[in-house]
Amino acid sequence: MRVGIIGIGMTAFRPSTPEYSWKELMFEAASRAYADADVDPRTQVDSFITCAEDYYEGFGIFDEFTPDQLGGALRRVCTVTGDGLQGLANAFMQIQTGLIEVAVVEAHSKASDLITLEGIVEHALDPIWNKPLGAHPFVVAGLEADAFLRGTKTSPKALAAVVAKNRRNGLRNPLAAYGADVDPEHVLRSEERFAPLRALDIANPADGCVVLVLASEAAAKRLHANPVWVRGIGWATDSPGLETRDWVQATYAELAARMAYRLAKVRRPTSEIHFAEVDDRFSYKELQHLEAIGLAKRGEAGRKASKGEHDLAGPLPVNASGGSLGCGNVFEATGLHRAAEVALQLRGDAGTHQLDGVRVGVAQSWRFVPSSTGAVAVLGVGR
Amino acid sequence: MSERITKWPGVELSAADLSEGKVTQTRFRPNAKYAWSAGEAMSRFLAELQDGRLIARTCHSCKRTLFPPRMFCEECFRPTDTWTYIQDTGTIETFSVSYLDTDAKRIPDPILVGVISLDGASPKMGMMHYFGEMTKEEIRIGMRVKAVWKPWEERRGSVLDIKYFAPLPEGKK
Repeated sequence: MRVGIIGIGMTAFRPSTPEYSWKELMFEAASRAYADADVDPRTQVDSFITCAEDYYEGFGIFDEFTPDQLGGALRRVCTVTGDGLQGLANAFMQIQTGLIEVAVVEAHSKASDLITLEGIVEHALDPIWNKPLGAHPFVVAGLEADAFLRGTKTSPKALAAVVAKNRRNGLRNPLAAYGADVDPEHVLRSEERFAPLRALDIANPADGCVVLVLASEAAAKRLHANPVWVRGIGWATDSPGLETRDWVQATYAELAARMAYRLAKVRRPTSEIHFAEVDDRFSYKELQHLEAIGLAKRGEAGRKASKGEHDLAGPLPVNASGGSLGCGNVFEATGLHRAAEVALQLRGDAGTHQLDGVRVGVAQSWRFVPSSTGAVAVLGVGR
Repeated sequence: MSERITKWPGVELSAADLSEGKVTQTRFRPNAKYAWSAGEAMSRFLAELQDGRLIARTCHSCKRTLFPPRMFCEECFRPTDTWTYIQDTGTIETFSVSYLDTDAKRIPDPILVGVISLDGASPKMGMMHYFGEMTKEEIRIGMRVKAVWKPWEERRGSVLDIKYFAPLPEGKK
């Protein structure tokens, strides 16, 4: 049974949204998604899935607080404690059971409500092995960036090319919080943070909400929708231990892509996938993820990036939306945002960052430091 | 412990053993601080509380007056329409007598807590709060109550700007 995305709703991503509570933020994105899908959530949606981590929200059992602003009061609601793409996988499976015809996936960030963002991220470190060291949690990204650059013989200049591309792409996306005309030299001269990472290598936090409406093929037909099909989806987790994981490669992304490609019957990703939206919350992650999901050979992603092959007009546009570097780090909403951007491109609704003639795209997510969890979705239009 | 079991086998630990570090342990206090944006509905609600008033939102579709106020109606899934002041009097919907505090210590004078359906809001809409000026023998479901507000200068834009709800004498408003 095919499952398709029939509605897309997003708020703008902003460094802070003091005018909105997180509930009001969700209501806006949900209202947009239902208008886009032309469905009434009170009568035409069978299941509501939110993606949230209590520590990011600041209170426990967050799933209890989600139904009203999604139109899910007194209905079937559940929360996935994970990235939005993992929620999308959940919706995909719920519809595949045949018990649910129309499902909604929501993910958001209200990062501006967090006074001690680093403290919250630090709390995810192992309490016995890593926390007593007291290092800033982004050191984990610095360690991995160093291993990746050395292990793949990638130049730091390639990271600067990624940052400049994504910040500039953000200028073409009206939803992006951090679009800017940044050139690679700015990046290489920005303040050192967690070597080899510099200030501009790190995505800044943003608030925002993404809601997608999914439907079975039969329901999509009944609702006169023009779906973007979820051709395949997969997810995986590498070792949680900092001492035992593969620092050079993103094994979780490789395993997730393997599952997604198997379901989507993608055999040669480089020729079958036209564009990608991958997690770039640290610049090196974009390159590492591209190699993991088979869109570049090991050690090649950086060279391709430096040659402009991932630009809007390049042979494989990557993060045409601006990615997290351009749009902002929206935490658990990151993967769902990317799926939404891929779907908009495939519908031809991406506005001034629209790519020409794209039929198949991939969205890839990661659950941020210090996690080694990620998901991949292959989306496509037509038969 | 019970009548039959008066001592567990093994070595009992005291609180002092823990605080003095005689037990191997890892301590970590998360640095987790939040400041939630209250948003449009709650910001107005809290500002009105400081002025000694309770405000709700009315949905013109289902005609309900929603309290606490929200900018969207969860029943109709549409934006709510108007601000509506409601009364600080109401009826006890449900209550409990709490003999333990949050640390599970026995309280000499038990706390009376409950949910009040407020006059002017739609049925089953109101707030949870404390009760005062009544005993645990006197409190009952269906009892009419009225908010007792803190003096203006002590209000902070919090639900605690109301001290508690006290019995509303028969025939009084």
